[in-house]
Amino acid sequence: MRTAIREVRGLGAAKEGTHHWWNQRLTAGSNLLLMLWFVVVVARMPAYDHATAHATFHSAWRAIPLFLLVASVFYHLRLGLQVVIEDYQHNESRVVALVLLNFYTVAGLAIALFSIAKIAFGA
Amino acid sequence: MASRNPARPLSPHLGIYRWGPHMLVSILHRATGVAMAVVGMPILLWWLAAIAAGADSYRTFHHVFAEVAGGAIGYVVGAGLTLALFLHMGNGVRHLFLDAGALFELRRNKLSAMAVLLFGVTATVLYWFYLGVAK
Repeated sequence: MRTAIREVRGLGAAKEGTHHWWNQRLTAGSNLLLMLWFVVVVARMPAYDHATAHATFHSAWRAIPLFLLVASVFYHLRLGLQVVIEDYQHNESRVVALVLLNFYTVAGLAIALFSIAKIAFGA
Repeated sequence: MASRNPARPLSPHLGIYRWGPHMLVSILHRATGVAMAVVGMPILLWWLAAIAAGADSYRTFHHVFAEVAGGAIGYVVGAGLTLALFLHMGNGVRHLFLDAGALFELRRNKLSAMAVLLFGVTATVLYWFYLGVAK
């Protein structure tokens, strides 16, 4: 995984040092807007039975923001848990935990987006 | 080396500090973030999948959170997740100010930390009060 120093001399920094930090802030901003929207939508649901819940997110007006919310929140939690893992896990267990974190996030994302699509496009 | 005068104050040390609200919101930010990621995300997934799968699947979700022990699981988990959300949200906004270089003065740092705690608890109480009144 290491690169010979003669191949990197003069190239400067990779210019990606703030990638994680910046994306955590970016999704913090989108999370703030989308979660405020979400708690208002949930609070204003007239009931919490299946028919009401399905009708609520069947509408494109709520399916699309929910789609964005899941994408933004899941990316944010993946970045946040990465920092926690890097703080407390070292050596091999860190690598295993980071791989599992990626599986956890992507699997969750697939389940959420499939469910939202099925609610939105279903009868 | 000169002998130490025990009357002199010691220099700051990792083990010598006094708890303050800034430390509380700092560790709560991590705790609430982890809690929402490992408890909140699976519950959100279960809810969405149950809505998508149909009335029978939804009935199981509804039974666990709204019917078992009079809905105790739903209230405890719901209250916990909303408190975690509002604390994390409040301190997240505070962190955006910190990123911009503000709120590092001792007094403002402490006041903003206390405002985060106040906002988290108040928003949670108001939210559940609204749910109770509107339903």
